[in-house]
Amino acid sequence: MTRNRVRGRLPVVLVLPAVLGLAFLLVPLAGLLVKTPWTSLSTLLSAEVGEALRLSLICASLATVLCLFLGIPLAWLLARSGLPGRGFLRALVTVPLVLPPVVGGVALLLVLGRRGLIGEHLDAWFGISLPFTTAGVVVAEAFVAMPFLVISVEGALRAADPRYEEAAATLGASKWLTFRRVTLPSVLPGVVAGAVLCWARALGEFGATITFAGNFPGETTTMPLAVYLALETDPDAAIVLSIVLLLVSVGVLAGLRDRWISGPT
Amino acid sequence: MTVPNLRKSKSIRVTLAVASAALVLAGCGSGGQAAAPASGSEAPKVTGDVTVFAAASLTETFTRLGKDFEAANPGTKVKFNFGGSSALAQQLNQGAPADVFASAAPANMKQVTDTKTITDAPRTFVKNKLAIAVPKGNPGKIAGLADFADAGKKIALCAEQVPCGAASKKVFELAKITPAPDTLEQDVKAVLTKVSLGEVDGALVYKTDVKAAGDKVEGIEFTESAQAVNDYPIASLAKAPNAVTAKAFVEFVLSDKGRTVLSAAGFDSP
Repeated sequence: MTRNRVRGRLPVVLVLPAVLGLAFLLVPLAGLLVKTPWTSLSTLLSAEVGEALRLSLICASLATVLCLFLGIPLAWLLARSGLPGRGFLRALVTVPLVLPPVVGGVALLLVLGRRGLIGEHLDAWFGISLPFTTAGVVVAEAFVAMPFLVISVEGALRAADPRYEEAAATLGASKWLTFRRVTLPSVLPGVVAGAVLCWARALGEFGATITFAGNFPGETTTMPLAVYLALETDPDAAIVLSIVLLLVSVGVLAGLRDRWISGPT
Repeated sequence: MTVPNLRKSKSIRVTLAVASAALVLAGCGSGGQAAAPASGSEAPKVTGDVTVFAAASLTETFTRLGKDFEAANPGTKVKFNFGGSSALAQQLNQGAPADVFASAAPANMKQVTDTKTITDAPRTFVKNKLAIAVPKGNPGKIAGLADFADAGKKIALCAEQVPCGAASKKVFELAKITPAPDTLEQDVKAVLTKVSLGEVDGALVYKTDVKAAGDKVEGIEFTESAQAVNDYPIASLAKAPNAVTAKAFVEFVLSDKGRTVLSAAGFDSP
């Protein structure tokens, strides 16, 4: 039973769809690269592109921080607390995954908008209005991306051996200390993987952002919005924007992968 | 020897099953196509599906016209894709399978005639002009176009790429006002949503959109709008899958019946 022999028997029924699947995912990206107007690249890279890219990176990173801050405790609650109705709660947490992002954006407007359930008071008491601001972009991205983090961290927590935590408890550590010094380090790969997914999702976010935060260059026009609008008048510019976003995100993800996420090779 | 053989034949069988399933799926894809143009001596029949790409500002009127058309021509089914005219033009140029295009501006119609996606001469069927839209009760106290320069007020406009945005730009240039918008939306209906939710104090939309939004939105007319009138052209596509019905639909929109529906919604006659 050598490795080679096992490899030699790759079943066609698996390999064929696998190859098709790979092509399905990669060919459109290759098409983008082929169609890129490389020669006029520098002229199409305007200051606005830089601005949109900067905004995208900042907002996606802030949204990820927000998700980590709120999502890890939420994942812990779902995995460890023994709360009744956790299954139902977990299903609710994943709703933004299946919800069309535009609907998510409308929901955010209805709650956090200037006339929204909570937004009304934010506006009246503190003068805070989230729609059409960069903060609004972060909120919209976090809303859509947080389930990725929660699910990833919760899975890691459920797979982690609770005996280490029990041992820490028997040694007199408080629950908070146990969480910080034992639980969190043991699920760190899950947290990082979740954060990367969350960041990637936030970076590509379109529907909720344009619905909730609107579109204004320098304030709320992230790369996906810029791509969408450029596509209507100048498809070449849209392709360049997409390539820039693609290169940056692949670069960041590849960098993180080498450093943090060592997948089985 | 028998075991590998068995396995092999099994895997072939499954592969065949997968392949035939794919074929069936592919068949479904083309099966949904509308009836082919009539051939031979038969008179061309108005029947089957017709797909209409129409500007967002036509959402209400064309939905109504589509129902009327179906009632007048049994066996037809009108499907719509409403959106910003520029986005629709782009989709058509990329080969979207449509029969009819109704744009909110000649510029976006030109985008498709330039590529020979449409070879018929587009015909103007209505005109529309801009109006200021404010939420019910006008909480932002918008009095006129000059308030759009006030950075303290929340203002939504269409992005310049879409016809209502291009018309807005023209209006502001004529009025010598530099607007201070908070958001540039991808189509006129998105702007209208922001107004009806009360998220902005004021916006520029079409006169007809104010009417369509009902009592959630109030309209303020302004003089400069008369100088930035949008012509709405309509035409059937060169490669319309259902050319006969497509032409019939265009005629229906241009007919007296169509005009009645459109002018009831506030559109002006060309």
